[in-house]
Amino acid sequence: MQHEGESGGGLVSIRTIDIVVALIMAGIGVLVVIDSLRLGAGWAGDGPQSGYFPFYIGLFIIAASLGTIAIALFGRKQNRDAFVNSVQLRHVVRVLVPTAMFIALVGFTGIYVASALFIGASMRWLGRFRWPLIVLVSVAVPFTLFLLFEIWFLVPLPKGPLEDLLGY
Amino acid sequence: MEALSSLIDGFGVLGDPMNIMYMFIGITLGVLIGVLPGLGGANGVAILLPLTFSMSPTSAIIMLSCIYWGALFGGAITSVLFNIPGEPWSVATTFDGYPMAQQGRAGEALTGAFTSSFIGALIAVVILTFLAPLVADFALEFGPAELFAVQLLTFCSFVGMGKEPPFKTIAAMMFGFALAAVGQDPTTGQLRMTFGWYELLRGFDFLIAVIGLFGIGEILLTMEEGLAFRGKSAKINPRIVLQTWAQMPKYWITAIRGAIVGCWMGITPGGATPASFMSYGLAKRMSKRGGNFGKGELEGVVAPETAAHAAGTSALLPMLTLGIPGSPTAAVLLGGLLIWGLQPGPLLFIEQPEFVWGLIASMYLGNIAGLIVVLTTVPLFAAILRIPFSIIAPVIIAICAVGAYTVNNALLDMSFMLIFGVIGYVFKKLSYPLAPVVLALVLGDMAESNFRNAMVLSDGSLSIFWSNGLVGSICGLAVFMLLWPAISYALRRLRPTASRSQGEHVAGKERSTAP
Repeated sequence: MQHEGESGGGLVSIRTIDIVVALIMAGIGVLVVIDSLRLGAGWAGDGPQSGYFPFYIGLFIIAASLGTIAIALFGRKQNRDAFVNSVQLRHVVRVLVPTAMFIALVGFTGIYVASALFIGASMRWLGRFRWPLIVLVSVAVPFTLFLLFEIWFLVPLPKGPLEDLLGY
Repeated sequence: MEALSSLIDGFGVLGDPMNIMYMFIGITLGVLIGVLPGLGGANGVAILLPLTFSMSPTSAIIMLSCIYWGALFGGAITSVLFNIPGEPWSVATTFDGYPMAQQGRAGEALTGAFTSSFIGALIAVVILTFLAPLVADFALEFGPAELFAVQLLTFCSFVGMGKEPPFKTIAAMMFGFALAAVGQDPTTGQLRMTFGWYELLRGFDFLIAVIGLFGIGEILLTMEEGLAFRGKSAKINPRIVLQTWAQMPKYWITAIRGAIVGCWMGITPGGATPASFMSYGLAKRMSKRGGNFGKGELEGVVAPETAAHAAGTSALLPMLTLGIPGSPTAAVLLGGLLIWGLQPGPLLFIEQPEFVWGLIASMYLGNIAGLIVVLTTVPLFAAILRIPFSIIAPVIIAICAVGAYTVNNALLDMSFMLIFGVIGYVFKKLSYPLAPVVLALVLGDMAESNFRNAMVLSDGSLSIFWSNGLVGSICGLAVFMLLWPAISYALRRLRPTASRSQGEHVAGKERSTAP
């Protein structure tokens, strides 16, 4: 398992992403603090108010993120290696995008048809397998899931028009 | 010996053949989960948890904990044969396991790994059997302040003992607490941090987070490396097993040391991964053959495996007795207990003895079953790894999506899973630790209500946290853990010549081989 770092140019340094992520975290901290203040972060007649505990959580997130940013900006060991190079990014996007499409599709076709399409498309796109194998795997896996969940454990999964047609 | 008679009752629970069957199913699934990239103990158990809602809690916990043992065993297979750690805690196993496989000694390495896993687990279970009732008895006296103090210690230990940058550990942990607070406030019923979004009423389910962070995140990382599996073949036959077993007694000190390190790290939530590194480092320094470590020394396999398995097993001790999981997988199991309507903590030992002792008894049998299963089926699991990742990845993603859906029967949870997957990927790359996120998400509500109850008792004064010797010393220890990175930094500045090459070598190696 070697990194394929040689074959693609770096896009952005770890240090930059480190700072961006810490800023986002600090932003989440600010949101938590604001919402806690809205609910009341003090003391009511019967005990602490709803915002009492999260208020400090928010403060800790902000403080810790500022610490991370300070280290990234002024620390002695600055990591200017690439966060991700173009080859790696392509590998990741090739999984991430189909997965997002798959999840969006579940609402329309149900999970069985969506996963059959997803597995089939991924196998074709990522692995260039031949069609007979693709059809075999992408039908067998959802069918096994169907047996396992609907028949054996009686856990209903999202279904779509095809299952309606087949009477399920 | 009250523990012994309780244990015998526990074995009675296992008399039910269904439970034995669940045990073997669990082990086999667990090894499979441990072998496949993207599926690990924590998210494997999280995906299967909804399937167990219809079982009795005892059968369910037996199956799920056996998945956990199986995953602990399975991680070693990929480490030795493919130089790819299937689980983070088997990274240290690659150091000597893979060189052994390259020399054609894969069978020996695997037998050594499985056997030492088994020994580590066995020592941890024995310790758990006798220590757990004592801890539970002791914890019965705990009030909200003490409970919060123990939780505080848990979280501060992550900062003090983790390898990750302390600020990032704190941020990750607090992020988990913030996620836990989303939704309805359990005490006052007010909506928190939903920002008018009705779907957030339920809050974030930790199972979704686990499946996303550990499952999808791991797949993305594996994809990024574009890896091709080029593994060594595994030949295991009874002759190799017996030959290896004949060598094992030589390493008894290493094994015992590993088990002790593991138990310590498992009970305090250091976790299996640092335990395996620590045990490997200690063995390398103390062994006569230390110089051969890294070149294919059986002792270098024994050390991390005993520690990892001992830590994984003993992580259940604080979960059962205090309601504080020592590892992410234990956190998922704890979530399971809550869903089945069992309140983990000291009372569990009194109110549900059948459940507790059935589980402990199953840990003995489960590990024996695990050893048998892995020794006999290694070639099968190695063959599974030869399936190209471009088939495995979409199948695992589909399974993760199904798992995420079944938690609450909510389509939106699948999208949350994907978002958590991206968060997991980015966090892992920036070395934010994931375990504290999950633990904070699981324990958030509990920690908050303990904190609130303590505050109510003391009328809002923090002094309740040092109002007596017990709570004071737990809190003191917690603060010490929290400040440990600063203290050790200061010490290093004072003594600039202090040797720290060992730790850095190991940490560097881990980063480059992280799954």
